[in-house]
Amino acid sequence: MYGKGIIKGMGVTLKHFVQTYVEDIKWFGRRYYKPEGIAHRSSKDAKGIFTVQYPEEKLPMPEEFRFIPFLIYDVLEDGTHKDRCTSCGICVKVCPPQCIWIEQTTNPDTGRPVPEPVEFYIDIDICMNCGYCAEYCPFDAIKMDHDYELASYERQFDHIFNKERLSKPAEYYATVRPVNNQLEEAVRAEKAAKKAEREAAKAAKAAEKDAGGESDNGS
Amino acid sequence: MTEAAPVVQSVLETRFPGVVTPDERKGYEGYIVTKEKLVELATALRDEMGYDFLSSVTAVDYLSEEETNLEVVYHLYKSTGGGSLVLSVQLPRDNPVVDSLVSVYPGADFQEREAYDLMGIRFDKHPDLRRILMWEGFEGHPLRKDWKEAYHNEDTKPFSNRWPDGQIFRSEDKNPYGKNNIYPVGFDPTKWEATEESLLYAGLGKAVGEKGNIETDYLVVNMGPQHPSTHGVFRMAVVLDGETIIALKPVVGYLHRNHEKIGERNTYLHNMPFTDRLDYISSLSNNFGYALAVEKLMGKKGAPSERAEYIRVIMAELTRISNHVWAIGFLLNDLGAFFTPALYAIEERELILDIFEATTGSRMMCNYFRFGGVARDFPEGVLQKIRDLVFERLPRKIDDIDAYLTDNEIVLTRTQGVGILTPEDAIAYSATGPMLRASGVPYDIRRADPYGIYDRFDFDVAVRYHGDCYDRFIIRLDEIRQSIRILEQALDQIPEGSVISGSNPYQVRVPAGESYGRVEGPKGELGFYIVSNGKPHPWRYHVRAPSFINLTAMEKMCIGQKIADVVVILGSIDIVLGETDR
Repeated sequence: MYGKGIIKGMGVTLKHFVQTYVEDIKWFGRRYYKPEGIAHRSSKDAKGIFTVQYPEEKLPMPEEFRFIPFLIYDVLEDGTHKDRCTSCGICVKVCPPQCIWIEQTTNPDTGRPVPEPVEFYIDIDICMNCGYCAEYCPFDAIKMDHDYELASYERQFDHIFNKERLSKPAEYYATVRPVNNQLEEAVRAEKAAKKAEREAAKAAKAAEKDAGGESDNGS
Repeated sequence: MTEAAPVVQSVLETRFPGVVTPDERKGYEGYIVTKEKLVELATALRDEMGYDFLSSVTAVDYLSEEETNLEVVYHLYKSTGGGSLVLSVQLPRDNPVVDSLVSVYPGADFQEREAYDLMGIRFDKHPDLRRILMWEGFEGHPLRKDWKEAYHNEDTKPFSNRWPDGQIFRSEDKNPYGKNNIYPVGFDPTKWEATEESLLYAGLGKAVGEKGNIETDYLVVNMGPQHPSTHGVFRMAVVLDGETIIALKPVVGYLHRNHEKIGERNTYLHNMPFTDRLDYISSLSNNFGYALAVEKLMGKKGAPSERAEYIRVIMAELTRISNHVWAIGFLLNDLGAFFTPALYAIEERELILDIFEATTGSRMMCNYFRFGGVARDFPEGVLQKIRDLVFERLPRKIDDIDAYLTDNEIVLTRTQGVGILTPEDAIAYSATGPMLRASGVPYDIRRADPYGIYDRFDFDVAVRYHGDCYDRFIIRLDEIRQSIRILEQALDQIPEGSVISGSNPYQVRVPAGESYGRVEGPKGELGFYIVSNGKPHPWRYHVRAPSFINLTAMEKMCIGQKIADVVVILGSIDIVLGETDR
C-alpha cells in the first residue's frame, strides 16, 4: 500500500508527542525548572520533549568543563594574597593561539627576574579554550573556569583580562573542581613531605658530618 | 608508511629505468619520479599494478640554504586494501610545471587546483586550473615558505613578545582595517571587477548556447553562498537546460583561514586543538588522524598505552555515531522535512556530546588526544554512561529512526535513483567514506589498512550497491550499527592502566622524515601528511580533507539530474565547510 511507510513514520512522531505528556504526568511538575528534572531529561531514560529552556534552566556542568583560564592565589595566614604563578612562561609556550602575555617582575636592585608576574594578560577573544595552560602548568597556578556567560558591551578593552580580573582564590577552585583539587592537593602534600624528608635527611647528614668532623679533628 | 612490496619496486625499476628512484632521504620511503614520465607511470600503476586510488596530492616547499626545490607528493593506494605507494616529483622553484594527473585520476582535479593556488605549482593539461581557496586577484602563493601574511608576528610560535618580553597589544591596533591586506601592484579594490566570475563561467563552458531549432539559452544559477541547504558558506554555479543540470562547479574557500600555514608555525602539540576546528562535527576523529601521523614519525616512543588505544576507539566510534545521526537528520531537512527528523537525531547526539563534555571538557572542540595516549581518563561514572547508551538506548533509537524514515515513500521517491555514482567513478574521483561504500566498493580503512587496534574487533564493512542518495542515507544507519558493535566489544575489553605512555611533555621531539596518517573519519578518509625536519614545528602540515575531495565527484553525480535534486545530492555527501575550506 502506498503511504504505509509514511503512516509508520508518523507513528514514531505520535509516540514522541504522547510520551511528553505521559512523562509530564509521571513527574508531576518536577520535570521542568528542577535540577532532578533537567538531569532526567538528559539521561538515557529521557523520553518525549528534550529541550532545556536556557536561561531559565541550565544544564549542570561536568567538572572537566573548561572555559577561559583563571589564576589561582593562596590566601596566607596573615590575610595577604600569594600568587601561585611564578611567571615561568610554560603556559605562554603551550598556548596555541598565543593569547597570554606575561610581564615578569625584576628585582630593582639586581635586575634579575623575580618568580612572580607583575602583569598577566589573556585576550579572551583569541583564547580557544583548549586547556593546555592548565594541563601543563607545573605549579597548578592557572586553571580553566566554569563561567561561560561573558557577553559584554565593549570589546576593545573588556575582553583583555588583566591579572586582577583573572585572579581567583584557591577556595573557588576547590568548589568548581573538587575532584581535581583533591588529587592535586594530595600530590602537593606528597611532594612537600618528600621535600621535608630530604631536608631532614640533609640536616641530619650535616649534623653527622659536623659531629664526624669534630671527632676527626679529635683523633 | 610505504609498504610497496619488493615486486612493485623491481617492476618499477625495470619498466621505468632512470625514471623511478627510491627516495633515500632519512625518514622517507617513497620514490622520486622524473616529471616527464609521470603520466605514463601513473597509467601503468593504475592499470597494471592495481594502484587505482589516488588518495592525496599535495606539494612541499623545501626552501633552505642548500635546497630550493618544490616537490609534488602523491599517495596511491589499491582499492582492494593495503599500504601506500608514495611518489614525489621534484620541480625547480622558478618554473614549477608538471603534467596533470586528471586524465588518469579525475580525483586529482581539486587537489591539483589547491596545490596551484597555495603553492604555485602549474599542472600542465589540467582542464580548469584556477585558484580554488583564495580569490582570483590574490597576490602570491601563501603556503610558500617565503610568503608572509599581513598579521605576521614571528616565523614560529611561541612569540617572544608574549614572554619573556611580555607587552600586551591588540593585533587590530597594529594592523588597522584597510591596511591588513596585501594587494598586487596596481590593484585598486574599489575598482575591482569580478573577473573570477567570468573565468568560472568560462570553466563551465556552456553559459550561453543554442539548442536544436528552438532558440533557447542555458541558464546559469548560483546556489549559495548563503543558501540554507549548503550547510555553510558554499556556492554552486549550475548551468541549466530547462530544469536539467548540464554543468556544475562548486565554489569554495569562503571560510579559508590557511589552516596549513598556521599549522606550520605551531609546534606539534599546538596543532591538536586546531584540528578540532576542521570538521567541527567530529573533532575527536580529527584528533585521531593527527595523533596517528605524528606518532608514526615518533616511532616506538609515540606508541600509545593499551588503555588509551581503547579510549581512542570508543571516542572515535561515538564521534562517528554522532556525526551520522546529524548527517541523516540534516539530509531530511534538505529534503524538506523541516527539523523534526533533525531534532530527533540531535537528541542522541546531545547525549553523546554530554559524554564528550564530561571527559574532554568540551562538547565539540574536544582537544583530547595527546601523542602516546589521551589527555585524561574517564571521570567516575562516565564509562557507565557510555555503557548505558551503547547497550540500551542507541540500538533502540537507531531502530526508531530507521522505522521513521527508511520506508517513507517521500524519502524513497526523492532519493532512489538520484545522484548515482558508479563504483568505477567513485574510485576514479577519489571518493571516500560512506560515499565510496554506498557505491558498492567495500573499502574501509579500519579494515583495508588498519590503524590503532581496529584489527582486534569484529565488525562488517557496511556496503550498499546502488550508489544513489538513498544508499548513501541508508549506509549511515548501517555504519552506526557497526559502530555500536565495535563499541560493545571495546567496552567489554577495555583494560585498566595509564592513559598515556610517557610523561606528556609540552615539547615533543619528532625525528626528521615524512609520514601520512589516515583514519576512516565519519566523512571519509581523513589524512594528515607531515614533513618534519627535526625541529619543534612541522615543516609541512597538510590535511587531506574528505569533505573537500568528495566534492570533486559532485558534478559527475549532478549532470542529467533536476535542479531540485542538487540539494539532496549535496546533503548526501555530507560536507562540513570548516574542513572543505580549511
